[in-house]
Amino acid sequence: MATNKKTIAAGVLDWVDARFPLTSTIKGHLTEYYAPKNFNFWYFFGSLALLVLVLQIVTGIFLTMNYKPDAELAFASVEYIMRDVFGGNIIRYMHSTGASMFFVVVYLHMFRGIIYGSYRTPRELIWLFGVGIFLVLMGEAFFGYLLPWGQMSYWGAQVIVNLFSTVPFIGPDLSEWLRGDYLVSDATLNRFFAFHVIALPLVLLGLVAVHIVALHEVGSNNPDGVEIKATKDKATGIPLDGIPFHPYYSVKDLVGVVAFLMVFFAIVFFMPEMGGYFLEANNFVPADPLKTPAHIAPVWYFTPYYSILRAVPPIGISQFPGVVAMGLSVVAFAFLPWLDKSPVKSIRYRGKLYKRWLAAFVVSFVILGYLGTVPGDIWGQFGSWLGRADRATVLARICSVVYFAFFALMPWYTKKDQTKPVPERVTY
Amino acid sequence: MSENKIDNNCLSFCQPSEVDLQKRDFLVKATAATGAVGVAAVAVPFVGSMLPSERAKAAGAPVEVDISKLKPGEKMTAEWRGQPVWIVRRTPEMLAKLVKHDDQLSDPNLEVPQQPEYCKNKDRSIKPEFAVMLGTCTHLGCSPNDNFVATAEWDGGFVCPCHGSKFDLSGRVFKGSPAPKNLLIPPHQYLTDTTLLIGEDKKAEA
Repeated sequence: MATNKKTIAAGVLDWVDARFPLTSTIKGHLTEYYAPKNFNFWYFFGSLALLVLVLQIVTGIFLTMNYKPDAELAFASVEYIMRDVFGGNIIRYMHSTGASMFFVVVYLHMFRGIIYGSYRTPRELIWLFGVGIFLVLMGEAFFGYLLPWGQMSYWGAQVIVNLFSTVPFIGPDLSEWLRGDYLVSDATLNRFFAFHVIALPLVLLGLVAVHIVALHEVGSNNPDGVEIKATKDKATGIPLDGIPFHPYYSVKDLVGVVAFLMVFFAIVFFMPEMGGYFLEANNFVPADPLKTPAHIAPVWYFTPYYSILRAVPPIGISQFPGVVAMGLSVVAFAFLPWLDKSPVKSIRYRGKLYKRWLAAFVVSFVILGYLGTVPGDIWGQFGSWLGRADRATVLARICSVVYFAFFALMPWYTKKDQTKPVPERVTY
Repeated sequence: MSENKIDNNCLSFCQPSEVDLQKRDFLVKATAATGAVGVAAVAVPFVGSMLPSERAKAAGAPVEVDISKLKPGEKMTAEWRGQPVWIVRRTPEMLAKLVKHDDQLSDPNLEVPQQPEYCKNKDRSIKPEFAVMLGTCTHLGCSPNDNFVATAEWDGGFVCPCHGSKFDLSGRVFKGSPAPKNLLIPPHQYLTDTTLLIGEDKKAEA
């Protein structure tokens, strides 16, 4: 009996394999995909990002079952989900917490790529696809934030869409086209809903697919930045420092998933608003096109770039320089593969100079992130010797300069840096 | 090598000498160009569908506002095209202060056309007592808050909550604000002494 069943199963598999690359795909991407054996803590965040993506898609689908993308009904439909739909509050808080946790995980994933040089040859395309994912994710977060139609949704969208109106010549027409009206209105809400639930998710899934296909083509980097494909077992052709992704890393990642979900649900259950950082208080007030809340700020994951926007002074009567600086601060990551001239990839073998620049960048990023959440005059003004400039604005300007210097001066300091010798094989 | 190349252009059904590569090149380009025109044509309705619809345009009709109940030193807000339009009834003290801080303004002489011709004067108004302006910051479109109480350093005006832009009671922007331009004055006219029409002016007069 048992052997009979086995043959039937094998027969079905053979039938499928003759028509679809099932076994070879599983082998190529899981059981015979050889990943370096020295992955550490930082390597959890790729698979966690995938987990959060699935969570967002599933919770999002269930939210659309009760949400109404209509300026008259949207706010009330969200409250309906929260109060009257069974499990609605859990699903919505999973989605809103998921949005913030997506950025937590993606920022850590990007930081891993930076410290271990995962963007370097031959992984430039993986990195570029990743930057694309990051941009789409920002779009998703922005479009999604309008949907609850609260005060912060409304005025946040108003500010961001108006960024486009600063583009010389075509700006005002461009922002009108994006809104579909003379102000953020029902038309805007309706199209943002379309972008949020179908257009960008499709692009996101496509980008995630090519990100992983490209990764599995060239193989994973590792904390030593050593190419494991350079040292293969002569008989089998398998990298000596490689282990199959499944079961070794699938099991490791499962541990990460459990730990992540403990944190995730602790937030969902006990502090879904995260003290106003994940869900802002003003968003519990319905959108009012005639009244701006006293203090508006984007959600925490946008604040570093928002700080840069505020820090750049206008040239003449044009706000465009600030908008360009903000755009550049996000896109700058895409240029890393070509800016880094160091002979080594991993931070383990870099010198002090690089580490100091990286530390300055991280500190600036965090300070900018904080300043973006508070009003520009929070620390008062300097005296007349500095033209009564806002203290916080001056600090934001200094941090913005450090932020861009990290990228702009990278070719210089990575070349000058005193690196250490890189081993032939991975270490622990 | 050259044989290989010809083989790529000519399959079993033709002789290498029969392939007119120039003609083939022309056909490829002509097909691509025709396809591109088709894509451009089909993009028109899609891109255009995102423009303000006829209904949205119709909602931009002018509105009448009764200003008889507005007291001196107060502000009222009317809604035009879904946006706030402020009407401020300025007191003589307020008007006196307005002419004193020209040196602190970005555009005291109203060089940038942010107002109709008939409001390009020292009070930016038709009647000096009543200032009419769009309550939308020229920086990124937030609605500034009132801050009418004058102090030693502040002559009274508006402060934007989003990025701290400051405006005077004529809607003129102070230097050092992120907002580049003065607040916009929409076209308007007085139908009677106490009725304003916002969104339309007397074309004949201008």
